[in-house]
Amino acid sequence: MTSRRPSGRTRAILTGVLGIVALMAVWELYKWLAPDGGVTVGGATVLPRASDTAMPHLWEMAERAGQPVNRSSSAVPLWRAVLEAGAFSFRVAAIGWLVGVVVGFLLAIVMQRFRTARSAVLPWVVLSQTVPLIALAPLVKGWGNKLEFGSFQWEPWMSVAVIASYLAFFPVAVGVLRGLGSPEAVHLDLMRSFGIGWWRTLWRLRLPASVPYLLPALRLAAANAVVGAVVAEVSTGLKGGLGRMIIEFSQAGSSDPAKAWAPIFGAVLVGLVAAGVVALIGLTLRRYRYAEVS
Amino acid sequence: MSTPNESTPVPAPTSTSGAAIAVEVTGVGRVFGGRSGAVTALDNVDLTVAAGEFVSLIGPSGCGKSTLMRLIADLDQPTSGTVTVFGKPASVARENHDYGIAFQQAGLLPWRTVQANIELPLELHGTGRAGRAERARELLALVGLSDFGGHLPSQLSGGMQQRVAIARSLAESPSLLLMDEPFGALDEMTRERLQTELLRIRAETGAAVVFVTHSIPEAVYLSDRVVVMSPRPGRVQQILTIGLGAAGDRGEGIREDVQFFDQVGAVREALHGIAPAGRGMDLR
Ligand SMILES: Nc1ncnc2c1ncn2[C@@H]1O[C@H](COP(=O)(O)OP(=O)(O)O)[C@@H](O)[C@H]1O
Ligand SMILES: [Mg+2]
Repeated sequence: MTSRRPSGRTRAILTGVLGIVALMAVWELYKWLAPDGGVTVGGATVLPRASDTAMPHLWEMAERAGQPVNRSSSAVPLWRAVLEAGAFSFRVAAIGWLVGVVVGFLLAIVMQRFRTARSAVLPWVVLSQTVPLIALAPLVKGWGNKLEFGSFQWEPWMSVAVIASYLAFFPVAVGVLRGLGSPEAVHLDLMRSFGIGWWRTLWRLRLPASVPYLLPALRLAAANAVVGAVVAEVSTGLKGGLGRMIIEFSQAGSSDPAKAWAPIFGAVLVGLVAAGVVALIGLTLRRYRYAEVS
Repeated sequence: MSTPNESTPVPAPTSTSGAAIAVEVTGVGRVFGGRSGAVTALDNVDLTVAAGEFVSLIGPSGCGKSTLMRLIADLDQPTSGTVTVFGKPASVARENHDYGIAFQQAGLLPWRTVQANIELPLELHGTGRAGRAERARELLALVGLSDFGGHLPSQLSGGMQQRVAIARSLAESPSLLLMDEPFGALDEMTRERLQTELLRIRAETGAAVVFVTHSIPEAVYLSDRVVVMSPRPGRVQQILTIGLGAAGDRGEGIREDVQFFDQVGAVREALHGIAPAGRGMDLR
């Protein structure tokens, strides 16, 4: 088992790199083959435009990343501005993720403990995800601004974190609930025969047994939190993160097409880092991953 | 919540408060209420198991063997009648860890090593690390798995996993062992070896055993008494006393003994008295 690990990992990395190279090749190939104006059938665009404005060459994007963000004398290189915005978004997403994971966990435990809670809460948990982010953002912002106790003051980034957590808690609640219910009857009988109560059964049996369900849920939650944070930055108008940067740069539009792509790569990078963090968590829980459930 | 009882390191097998009776089942009935009507799994069952006695429950599948064992273990409650274990209500006996239990499935926790699985009941009941390790070593030797303490369950064969489960059931030196077809999923060879091992373990520990099986030779080979049950509703049909001598004196050779065959015949006859004849039975 352990001896096969390294070769498996090398293969995974190789496949990953190959995938990126293939994607780059497809991009350039499309640009080369497709007409600049795209292909329209009866007024509907079936293939996107391949002009330099719509799809700059990869090397143009790379070159642009090395140049200053704007013409001001104090401008940092574009890649640095993107990294800084990425770090900002990542922090907000991470806080949202953490809150979402904790809330999801607590909900799952309550639902596992009380059957009535499950039938009362689960439908709402599922319904909650159908509320569009666009509708949610102003609400959260409005409530946040009314919050005030002592010296605590609601910061605009907190609204974004709350929205990120709103998207993150769902897979955790559902996944962990499934995981907590996964022990076999024989294990539950055994715990009962040991004379231990619900809490110790939770700790000794249900939680360890839920790890194979937890890790994919954490991964999904991380992806949701990143997307949620970036979109919420746009809809709440929060400055400093990738969300605003994507909007600002795309407004620069046709005059500087390569620049608009930089924050998108930044968002991809943030997603990758988030996935990496979850992979590290998975590594520390290795012992419990006797069976991976997807 | 669960109260970890006073942490006596590893209690010696004692017949609790001098009672000579391990299990007393009186007028027990168990009716499962389903949407499609009630199922009477057990009807007016009486059974007494003396301390140190080995009693097998045998009968066609669905006759309530597992249900009876679960009632004794307080994993389920009777609809009528009473179950006492060492003179206490079954629920008290369970909370006092008066019995060890093993099922057809080994039910080992896959994330724990073999040793940690055996130590689990001790750990839950507050035995210290050193005491646990010591006891686990003894038990691993007892079931012949001394070299496998550090392995994970998934690295062991089914027979080995079952031996670990038996070691775990013995961890707290219980005066009562409850076993529900513990060898049911094993091949014949492994099964016979483990039967002999169980006899030896039982001779060493002096524990009473309630053993569910549907193999007649297995029941005869192991037991002091065999309880033959009949289905629909689950009742005790007949109780046969097997006079093959003390557990410690029964060797593999006894399987070739005339007396052994006589007893197998007697149990088979009792089972054939049940109509319809021995469905799902092992009549070898
Ligand atoms: N939890 C349960 N709910 C409903 N019916 C059950 C349940 N457990 C057992 N039964 C029924 O009780 C009867 C006896 O079952 P069981 O004790 O498992 O038989 P055995 O172990 O002898 O094969 C069967 O008819 C079975 O369907
Ligand atoms: Mg059964």
